[in-house]
Amino acid sequence: MATVSLQDIRKSFGKTDVIHGVDIDIADGEFIVIVGPSGCGKSTLLRMVAGLETVTSGEVRIGDRRVNEAEPMARDIAMVFQNYALYPHMSVFDNMAYGLKIAKTPKSEIEARVAQAAKMLQLEPYLQRKPRELSGGQRQRVAMGRAIVRKPAVFLFDEPLSNLDAKLRVQMRLEIKALQRELGVTALYVTHDQVEAMTLADRMVVMNGGVADQVGAPLEVYGNPQTTFVAGFIGSPPTNFLSPALLGQQGDGQIGIRPEHMAIDPEGALQGTVAYAEALGAETLVHLRAADGTQVTVRQDAAHAIPAEGSAIRVGWQDGAMMRFDAAGRRV
Amino acid sequence: MDNIAGSKSSLTWAVHIATALLVALWLFPTVGLFVSSFRTADQIASSGWWNALFPTEQTLTLRTAAPETQVQEGNLYVIEGNLFTETDTPPAEIGSWGTSSRDVSAYGPGDTAELGDGEKLTVQADGGYRLESATEMTGSRGQRTFVTAEIPPEFTLDNYRQVLFSGDSTDSMAKAFFNTLTVTIPATIIPIVVAAFAAYALAWMDFPGRALLIAFVVGLLVVPLQLALIPLLKLHLGIGIGKGYLGVWLAHTGFGLPLAIYLLRNYMVGLPRDIIENARVDGATEFQIFTKIILPLSFPALASFAIFQFLWTWNDLLVAKVFLIDATGQTTVMTNQIVELLGTRGGNWEILATAAFVSIAVPLAVFFAMQRYLVRGLLAGSVK
Repeated sequence: MATVSLQDIRKSFGKTDVIHGVDIDIADGEFIVIVGPSGCGKSTLLRMVAGLETVTSGEVRIGDRRVNEAEPMARDIAMVFQNYALYPHMSVFDNMAYGLKIAKTPKSEIEARVAQAAKMLQLEPYLQRKPRELSGGQRQRVAMGRAIVRKPAVFLFDEPLSNLDAKLRVQMRLEIKALQRELGVTALYVTHDQVEAMTLADRMVVMNGGVADQVGAPLEVYGNPQTTFVAGFIGSPPTNFLSPALLGQQGDGQIGIRPEHMAIDPEGALQGTVAYAEALGAETLVHLRAADGTQVTVRQDAAHAIPAEGSAIRVGWQDGAMMRFDAAGRRV
Repeated sequence: MDNIAGSKSSLTWAVHIATALLVALWLFPTVGLFVSSFRTADQIASSGWWNALFPTEQTLTLRTAAPETQVQEGNLYVIEGNLFTETDTPPAEIGSWGTSSRDVSAYGPGDTAELGDGEKLTVQADGGYRLESATEMTGSRGQRTFVTAEIPPEFTLDNYRQVLFSGDSTDSMAKAFFNTLTVTIPATIIPIVVAAFAAYALAWMDFPGRALLIAFVVGLLVVPLQLALIPLLKLHLGIGIGKGYLGVWLAHTGFGLPLAIYLLRNYMVGLPRDIIENARVDGATEFQIFTKIILPLSFPALASFAIFQFLWTWNDLLVAKVFLIDATGQTTVMTNQIVELLGTRGGNWEILATAAFVSIAVPLAVFFAMQRYLVRGLLAGSVK
C-alpha cells in the first residue's frame, strides 16, 4: 500500500515523442483508471510505472521512493496483463507461486498465501490444472491471483478485461472493484472502455495523444469536461458539438451539449431534420441533421413519441447544459 | 470458383495418393532391409525378401537310403525311413511327389509308384517311405525322389550374432556402434546448449549490434562445410586437439550451430512478450527467465533440432573421416564400418543388410520417441 506519483513523465521512442509530460498523484488505496483511445500512450505510461519501459524524463515515485531506475521486482508492484501472460507449462498453483518462489518465500507461507488467494477468487478446484484447461474467466482470475499473492503496494492492470465476452466483463469488473476495496491496495488500471473507467474509478485520467487531458472523479469528468476531447470521449452517445454561428451567437470555438440534456421542443433553439431514430427500449436516440450539416443526437425517454424520419423538428435545452470550448478545444 | 468451400476436399485424393507413395517409398527399402537381415545367404540368393514372409511351395530333391541298408522281409527286400531325416532337410508336409524330373508331382502322399524292375516306392505325407523290391537292390546311392512341399517361413538371428557379438574384426559393428554413440550424443547436446543461450540473447536481450549478429549467423548457413574441413583440421592439429572425439565434437558443434541458433531464435522470438515481462515483474533474473520460462516453452523447437542434429551426426561419414578416424581404426564409426564391409563383404547381402539395419535402428527409435514433440504445441492456453 503506497502512494504513487508521476511528475512530468515523458517518453520518446527514438525521435517520436509519445508521452508529453504527465503529472498524476495517486493517494494510498485509490483506484485510478487511465482511459483513452488506442495509441494515446496509456499502456506506455503504465509500463513505465511497472518498469518495463524506461522513463525518458520525469520522475516516478512509489511510496516516497524514486523508482525510475529500479527493476520491476524492486518496485513492489504486481501487474495483470491483457493476455493474462500465464506460464503455460505450470499449474495454476505454480503460476501463482512463481513470484514468491523467486523471492525465496518459505514454502509454508507460499502455500498459505496461494490458498488464501485461490479461496478469494474461487479457484480452489483448479489449482492443479494447466492454464490451457481453464476458461477465459478462470484464466483472468489466475492472473489476478498471481497479482494478489505478491501482496504488492500497487496493482497495475493493463486492459485486463478486453479479452472477455461482454457478460463476463461486467461480472469481472465488479469482482476487481470488490477485491481492490477489500485489499485496500492502490490500483492503476488502463482501459479504452469508458464504461469500465466510469464504474471502476475513484478518479480517472483521460489521456489524449500523450497528454492527460483531465484528471478527476468520474462524475466530475463527465459533468464538467475540460476539453472537447474529454467531452466527446466520455459518455455514450458522445456530446453534441455545435458552432456558435448555428445558434446565432458570436465567437469561435464550439458549444457542447450532452444528448440527454436536449429535448424535442417546438420552442427550441436548434432546428434540424430527423435522419433516423434508434429505439433502445428504455430510451430512444434521435439523430438529427442541423442546417449546417452537423450531426446532433438527442437522447429521450422511451415514453416520448418518436418523430418520423425526414420530419423537421426543433430541440431545446436549458442554458446550464451548454459547455463552451475555445478554438483550441479547451473549456472556457 | 463456384464452390470455394469444396475446393479443398476435391484435392484430398491427391494428398492421400502422395502420402501413400511417400510411405511406400520409405517403407519398401526399410522393411526389405529388416527382413533380409533375418535371412540366410542361400535364402537371399534364391528368393526375394517379400517371399520370405509366406510359406512357399518348394520342390526338393531327396534320396532314400542307400541300397546297402536294405533288409530282407520274407522274400522282399525293403528299405524304410524318412526322406527328410535321410538327407538332413527340415521336415515339411509333402503335397505331391514323383520319381522322374519330367513329372515331379506324379503321385500324392500314400500312393505307391512302380519303378520298373519290380521295385515299388510308397511315400507318406510326413516323408516316411517304404521301398520294396522282389530282388536284391544294387547301386551305391538311394532312389532319387522329387518332393513338392510347403516350407514355412524361416528366420535366423545368426546375422545379428555375427554382426554384433562375434568380435570378428571385419564384421563386428559393436565397437563402431559405441563409437558412433560417443560421437553423436555430445555432438547433439553441446550445440543445443550453446545455441539455446545464444538464441535467447538474440531474441530477447537488447544489446548493440544484435541485428548484425543475427544476419551474420544466418549468413553462415550458406557456408558449405567442405570449405572448412582442411583449415579446421589444420587448426585442430596446430592447437594440439589432433584427430579424436574432442575434435569431431567441436567440428559437429560448429557446423550445427548456425542452423541451431537460427531455428531456436526464430522460435523464441515468437513466444509471447507478456509472459516474459510478467516473469520480469515477478522478479525473475534473465537466467531464471531463460531456464524456467523460455527453455520449457521452447521444448518443441529444441526437440526438433535435436532430431535433426542427431540424425545428421549419426549418418555422417565425411566429418568423422576427416576429424576422427585415424590409422589405428580404434575410433571407426558405423558409417565407415559399413563402407569397409562393402569392400570386404560385397557379396554377402545378409551381412550388409544386417549392418545397415543396425545403423538405422537407433535413428528410427529416436524419431518415433521424439516425433510427438514436433507436432505438439506447448503454448496452448498461455494467452487468449
